Amino acid sequence: MSTGDIEDVETFRQRARDWIRGNLAPLPAGSGIGVMRAGESDEAELAAVARQREIQRMFYDAGFAGIAFPREYGGQGLTADHQKAFSEEISGYEYPADIQAPTFSPCAAVLLDFGTEEQKRQHIPAILKGEELWMQFLSEPSAGSDVAAALTSAVRDGDDWILNGSKIWTTGAWWSDWGLVLARTNWDVPKHRGLTVFILPIHQPGIEVHRIEMLNGNKEFCQEFLTDVRVPDTDRIGEVDDGWTVGTRWMFHERMLHNSPLVTIPADGARGTIRATHLVEIARDAGRLEDPLARDLIGEGRMLDLVTHALQGRLSRGLRSGRMPDQSAAIGRLFTGVTAARTTTLSFNLAGGASAAWTDDDGATAECGNDFLLRQVSCIGGGTTEMARNVVSERVLGMPREPAKDRGVAFRDVPRGASNRG
Amino acid sequence: MLLELDPDQEVLREATARYLTDRVPTETIRRLRNDASGFEADYWRAGAELGWTSLLVSEENGGGSISGAGLVDLTVAAHEFGLRAAPGPLVPTNVVAAALSAVGGAAHEAVLAGLLEGTAIASWCYGEPAPNDRLGTVELTCRVEGDEIVLDGVKRPVESAGVAQFLLVTGRSEAGLTQVLVPTDTPGLTVEPLRTVDLTRRFATVRFDGVRVPASALVGELGGAAEQVERQLQLALVILCAESVGSMQAAFDMTVQWAFERYSFGRPLASYQELKHRFADMKSWLEAAHAISDTAASAVDAESPDAPELVSAAKAFIGEYGTELLQDCVQIHGGIGVTFEHDLHLFLRRVVLDRALYGTPAEHRQRIAGVVEHLKERA
Ligand SMILES: Cc1cc2nc3c(=O)[nH]c(=O)nc-3n(C[C@H](O)[C@H](O)[C@H](O)COP(=O)(O)OP(=O)(O)OC[C@H]3O[C@@H](n4cnc5c(N)ncnc54)[C@H](O)[C@@H]3O)c2cc1C
Repeated sequence: MSTGDIEDVETFRQRARDWIRGNLAPLPAGSGIGVMRAGESDEAELAAVARQREIQRMFYDAGFAGIAFPREYGGQGLTADHQKAFSEEISGYEYPADIQAPTFSPCAAVLLDFGTEEQKRQHIPAILKGEELWMQFLSEPSAGSDVAAALTSAVRDGDDWILNGSKIWTTGAWWSDWGLVLARTNWDVPKHRGLTVFILPIHQPGIEVHRIEMLNGNKEFCQEFLTDVRVPDTDRIGEVDDGWTVGTRWMFHERMLHNSPLVTIPADGARGTIRATHLVEIARDAGRLEDPLARDLIGEGRMLDLVTHALQGRLSRGLRSGRMPDQSAAIGRLFTGVTAARTTTLSFNLAGGASAAWTDDDGATAECGNDFLLRQVSCIGGGTTEMARNVVSERVLGMPREPAKDRGVAFRDVPRGASNRG
Repeated sequence: MLLELDPDQEVLREATARYLTDRVPTETIRRLRNDASGFEADYWRAGAELGWTSLLVSEENGGGSISGAGLVDLTVAAHEFGLRAAPGPLVPTNVVAAALSAVGGAAHEAVLAGLLEGTAIASWCYGEPAPNDRLGTVELTCRVEGDEIVLDGVKRPVESAGVAQFLLVTGRSEAGLTQVLVPTDTPGLTVEPLRTVDLTRRFATVRFDGVRVPASALVGELGGAAEQVERQLQLALVILCAESVGSMQAAFDMTVQWAFERYSFGRPLASYQELKHRFADMKSWLEAAHAISDTAASAVDAESPDAPELVSAAKAFIGEYGTELLQDCVQIHGGIGVTFEHDLHLFLRRVVLDRALYGTPAEHRQRIAGVVEHLKERA
């Protein structure tokens, strides 16, 4: 039964379970495994995205969209525990996997933190209905880790801003709707003090979206070229030249993805990871399930799963209660990145000869070789593990910061390398 | 250790911390390396008064938890042991006390009372020498002869066997796994000390050559001990893990401080990115170790279905990454890190010891594989 305004978690869980079983299809075996495996075709990819928008709309109509989002913006106004229960219940069923990150977090999270009332009313309900899919326009060809060194410029023109530059490594921009953009508005101050955040529709005349082929044939990566894109000042997020305040929270939300009450990530693992139960499938299909060496690798994979899950729980509790500084989120980012890479190695090793050459009849061992080629994405995407190590050592442990040539220098005078000229 | 203790757990933590700091500072631990038992009898008795031996014992038997989760409470004390590499038979006494409380019945009440008071020491004879030294292998025999049970076999390593008055022996009868409580002065029982990596923990080989005990020595049913033995193993693992995490924490904190104070090339070690990144990795392992240790403790305490898997994950992870962390701390200390004079080795010893006891990381990974293989069917 519900107590007061808020439905208790167990009642909610039961309601969610009934609805999920009645309305969603169970996932076919082997879905969601592997590392950014290439889709069959663009048509198949677009159909999958359309289905995800549709499911999101079904969530909305059934009262399951934005479980921990405020009610005034179309959310359910419930707690992180309700979201957790929902994420547990949806495990094994289809769900809008590709729009959790970055649409719900960090993009919607940043809108909730810094958006004006009008911005929130315009976009949050649309996001919750699956009508707006968002991308983060953060990395540039010239700067990914050093994201505050953005060269994309925004120049004031009456009530508007004119944006020029290029963003890159957006996963799925070709089928997405809106971008959250970090741009430079002042070149005469040090880099962190001359940035401003904007939002813009991706598909408009001034923006060209190019697709980039990854080494395994996946074409989800995109690069955008912005030419004289006009953005009204009402689509600015946060104050002019104060984009780094927004950016800091933005990256916090990115690192906290797996602990965010704003996203649905099934309890048995996030997209892009190879879960330990799948290691068993690989070993079985490789005929090695009884081999003690194989069992050692399976045990290691499951151990890492369980430890990662325990660590995420500890970090969320620590961050929520304030016992751990916000920057501790980087501990989770580091650990999950390294662990996911190790798990990919485990599956590669388990697959044996099929990791080098395979047919579609090889079952779970097929494609393990390609996964291994892309092993490092878990340590690059979402900010690299090296950057996470910098944050942990400097911001959590208080160690001296790296020397930098860009501190206290007007951004236009900062030295740039041959590949950073934009 | 848990991020938040409840107030009563905090009382236990604080009292244990204060007592250990006072009673066994590092110079005492160094001195105890030449002591046959590795701790003093009155040290243990006073510790028992703080609650070190009663948390896994039911209230009817004179024990009781603090928070309702006695094993979780005990990890609070074990963590303090680890932080100071403290002496004393924390694992074996608690495991035996828990067993006697759970299935010992009236026959062993007096022994249990002694353990609670800290006047008696007991240990658990579980592992065996090679080739029977794989985790879970039990070849010691318990033969029923009239109303006596006759034990034949060898156990090692047995902690504190030299000072223990009682040994809980896990053996095999025709009916299955069987446990008996054997006084150490029983004829046919011999204790031979082993050398060990730890300064204060003592281990021995215990031989049973036709050792005869009355049927009343049984702890639980003849041949029906399998579940209880698994329970004891899980308890031992949880306590060991909590202790190891304490030692990891102590070594890590000590090394962070050193990195700020030690200069080379005119700058502190803590300013070199190579070392900063290693500290970041170590910090992630340390927090992960805390997390899985606590998660396993509550699961074992609650006897939840995922306890076997979680406790093996904790042991495998903390065993592997705990020793890596300690070796990295040694490396970052440089030459001073491999001296007897420096405190770092006290923690290195403890983490190395705990890694090796009750199953290696590899054995626990195998155990996990056995569980994960059937996960699909369970779901
Ligand atoms: C799968 C995937 C999805 C992505 N999705 C998006 C997206 O949606 N939107 C978006 O904006 N970006 C996205 N990215 C981009 C990603 O955030 C960047 O690739 C990442 O931040 C690294 O930036 P970079 O590629 O420019 O490498 P660089 O910054 O040039 O780094 C190169 C190497 O140098 C190291 N390095 C750099 N600086 C330091 C330092 N100070 N100390 C130590 N080491 C350092 C890095 O760790 C890295 O190993 C995605 C990337 C991947 C792989």
